[in-house]
Amino acid sequence: MDLILEGIKKAFLLLATLDREVLDITLLSLKVSGLATIVSVFIGVSIGTVIALNEFPGKRIVVSLVNTGMGLPPVVVGLFVTIFLWRSGPLGFLGILYTPLAIIIAQSIIATPIVMGITVAAMQQLPKKLRLQILALGATRLQMVWMLIKEARLSLLAAVMAGFGGVISEIGASIMVGGNIKGYSRVLTTATVMETSRGNFDVAIALSIILLLLAYFINLVLTHIQQRERKQ
Amino acid sequence: MVHKLMADGKKIMDQTILEAKNLCVERAGTRLLDVPHLEIDEGEVLSLIGPNGAGKTTLLATLCHLFKYFSGTIVFKEKEVDNELAAGEYRKKVAMVFQEPLLFNATVFENVAAGLRFRNIGRQEIKKSVEENLERFGIGHLGNRSARTLSGGEAQRTSLARAFAIKPDILFLDEPFSSLDPPTRESLIDDLERILKNSGTTTIFATHDRIEALRLSDRIAVMNRGRILQIGAPDDVMNHPADEFVASFVGVETILKGKVTGKKTGIVMVSVSGREVAVIGDYGVGESLILCIRPENVTLSTNPSETATSARNIFPGTIGRIVPMGLFQKVELDCGFPLVAYITHDSLKALSLCEGADVSASFKATAIHVVRK
Repeated sequence: MDLILEGIKKAFLLLATLDREVLDITLLSLKVSGLATIVSVFIGVSIGTVIALNEFPGKRIVVSLVNTGMGLPPVVVGLFVTIFLWRSGPLGFLGILYTPLAIIIAQSIIATPIVMGITVAAMQQLPKKLRLQILALGATRLQMVWMLIKEARLSLLAAVMAGFGGVISEIGASIMVGGNIKGYSRVLTTATVMETSRGNFDVAIALSIILLLLAYFINLVLTHIQQRERKQ
Repeated sequence: MVHKLMADGKKIMDQTILEAKNLCVERAGTRLLDVPHLEIDEGEVLSLIGPNGAGKTTLLATLCHLFKYFSGTIVFKEKEVDNELAAGEYRKKVAMVFQEPLLFNATVFENVAAGLRFRNIGRQEIKKSVEENLERFGIGHLGNRSARTLSGGEAQRTSLARAFAIKPDILFLDEPFSSLDPPTRESLIDDLERILKNSGTTTIFATHDRIEALRLSDRIAVMNRGRILQIGAPDDVMNHPADEFVASFVGVETILKGKVTGKKTGIVMVSVSGREVAVIGDYGVGESLILCIRPENVTLSTNPSETATSARNIFPGTIGRIVPMGLFQKVELDCGFPLVAYITHDSLKALSLCEGADVSASFKATAIHVVRK
């Protein structure tokens, strides 16, 4: 019990004194996962909308592929991103393996199917006639799509939450393509794993608390927006 | 083009605003729509009536150019709408209201403003136009309410205001009242009737309610299975249905099949289930005819001594069923052939009619509408 109590006590001390290293790791985590979420929202929402709004042969297969992608194992993504970015790999010339950029790429690949899958579901839930109604009010195709995205905004917020939640807590890909380099590509999850394996439970607990709080705050903000929208 | 008599007696010729030729929509091998020719005059209100699945919505959506896949041509103000660009321009000049209000998750004001925003109209002008149309439909006080919190009637008013806000050249209404309860529907129809009259907006209005159609329209088209069976002035369609389907749809309750057996001057005798019915008209002996009799044209009496005139048909019959129909009682008779009559509650009492009673039913030969089979 002592181990845990001591750990928690020291963890709060680290947090209260705004430990430089812990702070840097937190900011990098936020930056990397935030950017990856933004990238995945752009790709996921646009492709998801195209899939949802168009009828084409093999649509079912595409949708089930996307849905499968929602559960893409991060280590598999990490493996393939590593291979691609490896010095002798197809994108090796970029020289970005073991950089934060590599983590952003890997995390985007993980989050995109999540956002896309929820987008497809959300857009398909809108009444079919709504599209005709928007067109019949004189909207261009682009205006129609924008209007539909606005109509699905609450579900799309859920997509953003799910995407961010998926990558901020992800470890496999981050450690494989980022390398957990101190002060450079070390994020909350990779640092937690390392500190735990070293027996530094206090630091590990501090990092875990930050991870939990981060996830909680982001979701709190999004939920707040969602609830306010719903009440109107 | 249709010639209309104006209030001052002057005859004006209406401009054709929309013309459709050889419209055809097919999906999965079935023909959903087949309209060889349709012309809409500027300012007229045309009703499309027909049962569910008759193709009314398909025709409206096709005329509104909402479907990519159809064959045929649509000519708007003498210009053919023949490509996606032209269709986009055309859609900016028309508006459609559906059975469901299909409002956006925003305030009532924003909903009514939506069409104007698509047209990149200035803030001030939008505000003015939206407020005007909210007032017009009696929902001026709801501007800031979320569309999600509206009642059915308020939502449909918002939907109509949204369509009128863009001042459409043609308005397509797809059963806008059918999901409303009767009092709400009544007050909305009253308002729409007034608004259409004042604005003179060309309107194509789909409904399965012939009373709505009668109230609002200059012309009625009866549709079934993707085709227009008859189109014309309301009284023309009501009183001279072109075929059996139209007759049953416009409220002719009695439809009899018979063969011409004899001729007198101006009158032919038609044998219906062994009974002779006198009918006005010149038909050849042996010809098969369909006789349509409106229930309000059948009178009942319990006095058999009433003399028959040559032009009046009188048949003894037995009452099978009496069904209350609001203002009327619907009496189903067996006169050797089925016959339906409407009578008031008072006459039902005065004649002390009941199910199983014997009565004599009469209807004028001139009240029978004849369709050649």
